[in-house]
Amino acid sequence: MTQQPEFTTSGAMVEALDVRKSFGAHEVLKGINLTIRKGEVVCLLGPSGSGKSTFLRCINHLERMSGGRILVDGHLIGYNERHGLLYEMSGKELARQRQDIGMVFQRFNLFAHHDVLTNISQAPMLIRGQSREQAFSRARELLKLVDLEGREDAYPYQLSGGQQQRVAIARALAMNPKLMLFDEPTSALDPELVGEVLAVMRKLAADGMTMLVVTHELAFAREVADRVIFMDQGVVVEEGPARQVIDAPQHERTKTFLRRMH
Amino acid sequence: MSEQRIIPARNWGQWVIAILLIAIVGFLLAMVIMSRHITWSAIPQYLFDETILEGIKLTILFTVLSMLISIVAGGVLAMMRLSPNAIVSGFASLYIWFFRGTPLLVQIIFWFNIQLFIPSIDIGSIHFDTNSIITAFVAALLALSLNEAAYMAEIMRGGLMAVDSGQQEAAKALGYTPTQSMLRIIFPQALRVIIPPIGNQTISMLKTTSLVSVVAAQDLLTRAQNIYAKNFLIIELLIVASIWYLVMTTVASSLQYVIERRLGRSTSDAPMAWRAALRLLRAEGSNG
Ligand SMILES: Nc1ncnc2c1ncn2[C@@H]1O[C@H](COP(=O)(O)OP(=O)(O)O)[C@@H](O)[C@H]1O
Ligand SMILES: [Mg+2]
Repeated sequence: MTQQPEFTTSGAMVEALDVRKSFGAHEVLKGINLTIRKGEVVCLLGPSGSGKSTFLRCINHLERMSGGRILVDGHLIGYNERHGLLYEMSGKELARQRQDIGMVFQRFNLFAHHDVLTNISQAPMLIRGQSREQAFSRARELLKLVDLEGREDAYPYQLSGGQQQRVAIARALAMNPKLMLFDEPTSALDPELVGEVLAVMRKLAADGMTMLVVTHELAFAREVADRVIFMDQGVVVEEGPARQVIDAPQHERTKTFLRRMH
Repeated sequence: MSEQRIIPARNWGQWVIAILLIAIVGFLLAMVIMSRHITWSAIPQYLFDETILEGIKLTILFTVLSMLISIVAGGVLAMMRLSPNAIVSGFASLYIWFFRGTPLLVQIIFWFNIQLFIPSIDIGSIHFDTNSIITAFVAALLALSLNEAAYMAEIMRGGLMAVDSGQQEAAKALGYTPTQSMLRIIFPQALRVIIPPIGNQTISMLKTTSLVSVVAAQDLLTRAQNIYAKNFLIIELLIVASIWYLVMTTVASSLQYVIERRLGRSTSDAPMAWRAALRLLRAEGSNG
């Protein structure tokens, strides 16, 4: 490993340095470098199979990198560095790091055997040690935020996709994360339900949450993102202010991709 | 429109088979009933005999204990099999291979005779006589539990693998430790898949316990054998035992039917099923 341990300048929430990932012989990430500042909203665009999900999953170490390093809020993710060697963290240490990083999945992944209230409040009670009253009242607050007041007792299967995704966002927020990762949060939704989820994400962005969003919603990216990163075949092809990348792409691959999106 | 009379198609082949079956069963029944060598009055006499009732208690005790032990052990083995560590998962595979691949009867006799090659156990200054620890009861329970654990491990592994991988991902991403995610998220959902086959295994275990009679473990069959060894009413006492086995398996089957109906079949019912399972477990816990 040639990279020196770099400690963040205080403004960075995520720093990815030469992140590589292979599945067998298939190199999916070929050296990703990027920085996300605190409070910044970054949208990650790119064709299917370009490695967007894999990169997102490396940020909370759901995926083990093959090379490079990721720092979140100045802390090296997934490894302890001792004497120039990287030791992978134990399950408990990883869990501690992940507490501060919220993730929203394409397929919601609400806990199927828990009602909405338990889905949102279990982790804060179990992991953060919050009291039941504390966790419940925070859960109700969050349900109000995602516009699902009064649905505490519903089970996931009783909710529409859009409602499930909003509960999933509330569940992630209940841990008070400093960073939120979204992996195509509206791709599994019927078109008429996309808006309600994007509305919640807009609110979060306005509240100053640091967000990295993989999405195909160009209008959302243009309006909400501070910056857009375009990825293709495991490399960052182009990045810049949202309007610049979406409306006036420089790179040929970006142009081709955006043309197909319309 | 006028009523149209409809004559359903007749399947003559089925009728021929049905009549044949009635004839055969009738003939066999008549043979048994008219046999002069069966003392019919012995059956009601021994049906509620105290020794027999004691045997039933022990059969139920063996079933319940071995199922409980094997559920815990099977759960541990299933998690070991799914472990990324090759030695840990290899051990579990080896265990399952061995205990499923050798006859239970051999395992029972083996445990009963273990003092033949391990006469005593010495841990520091503590000394045990194997013979005094491994009684017929312990040997029988050990054999039933260890054997059943191998089957249970496979059932549980199937249940754990049936839970959508997204559930574990979500738990991980929230910061659940591996143990928390297993106990709070994965296992409770796996239960839905695991409970029906556990029911089948329990019913099967009620009958399998009769094998422990080879070491005279005082179960229902042992007691029946003890009685007919003295009075030679062999068939009569086997009928008594069979009646009781039928009663126990029928009751267990009806219980299983109730549980499974409450668990529901459709996936959309998952949480209801889960609550129903919890209710049943609690109810059973407080009754028994
Ligand atoms: N667990 C895995 N095993 C093998 N290949 C994988 C795995 N996960 C992803 N891939 C491959 O990595 C590539 C990038 O996948 P992904 O990160 O999901 O892309 P995107 O999210 O941009 O559509 C794809 O070719 C995919 O087939
Ligand atoms: Mg993806």
